[in-house]
Amino acid sequence: MRTLEQTTREVLDLATKHFQLPEGSLAPEDDFFKRLGIDSLQTLEMLSRLENHFGIELPDYEVQGVSDFKTLAERIQSRL
Amino acid sequence: MKNFQGKTLRWEWREGGIELALDHEPANEIGTAMLEELEVFVGAFGALAPETSSCIIYSARKSVFSAGGDLRELYHQAVSVPEKERPKAIRSFLGRIHAVMNALDAAPFVTIAAVHGACLGGGLELALACDMIIADKMARFAFPELRLGFIPGFGGIPRLKRDLGNAVVRDLLFTGRTLNATRAHAIGLVAQLAGEGEALRIARSTAAQVAKYDPVARAAAKEFMKPIPHEELRCEIEIFCELFTRPEVMAALKKFDEDSGPMPYLP
Repeated sequence: MRTLEQTTREVLDLATKHFQLPEGSLAPEDDFFKRLGIDSLQTLEMLSRLENHFGIELPDYEVQGVSDFKTLAERIQSRL
Repeated sequence: MKNFQGKTLRWEWREGGIELALDHEPANEIGTAMLEELEVFVGAFGALAPETSSCIIYSARKSVFSAGGDLRELYHQAVSVPEKERPKAIRSFLGRIHAVMNALDAAPFVTIAAVHGACLGGGLELALACDMIIADKMARFAFPELRLGFIPGFGGIPRLKRDLGNAVVRDLLFTGRTLNATRAHAIGLVAQLAGEGEALRIARSTAAQVAKYDPVARAAAKEFMKPIPHEELRCEIEIFCELFTRPEVMAALKKFDEDSGPMPYLP
């Protein structure tokens, strides 16, 4: 079973890779809408990436209003 | 008309198969412009049928198959006519959409939606009119209409119910959530799951297999297995018109229309 820290790290790594950013450029507290400048379609893409990686379903309404990686990781953790 | 280049889509006939690419900025929204070209497409079925075994519908745009009906256009059309005339105007638009979807549903060849990215609302309804959906593992499917106070209006509910049953319809409708491709495959919405960027290639390989079979048997099987739920489709139009023209929906659509942010307003 992953710890929340591990989940957070994996979320950050996936986002870094998906958006082709330099390694270590994202932090748990970062607002991903502001930091990545993503739109709704890119958000859905990221959601697919996360669900495929963690093997979970993360309904949109559970992440609605979430804008930082730490809270996103917590939502994922609750589904693992 | 074996090849067509329009403003929102194009198709090409090659060795017994048609490939139709949706290519309308920003996210293949289905509004009047795409509807007109889809009408041209289904109007060509009669001429194409004798030499055609399959049709693949895919998106030429990144990250999206289709975001669905063009809600901004629909909203502007609705508010441009007096309130009393709105249901008639909406009904006329839906009647045309339904005619296209019904023609696609009963197309005289096998139809395959090759889906990548977001396949939402009217986009999902277009895919559901096809005989099978082949989806990239990054695809996502949803009926978000209830979030704005109305129901899908392009024939999606009766077709999803026909193919998968009421429980799936309720899950998608009442939550408005997006289903990932793996889940969509598990419940039978997606016929084949493709790796990232591979949906069109797998659709082509499937189309090549389809082409091997006797066309008369193929057409008979389709007619037998895929009846069009005409009565429910008619009900859907009535319920849509009733809901869509309510002040609450107009207010929600106004908010959606005015939201120019990266995440358009959805409650």
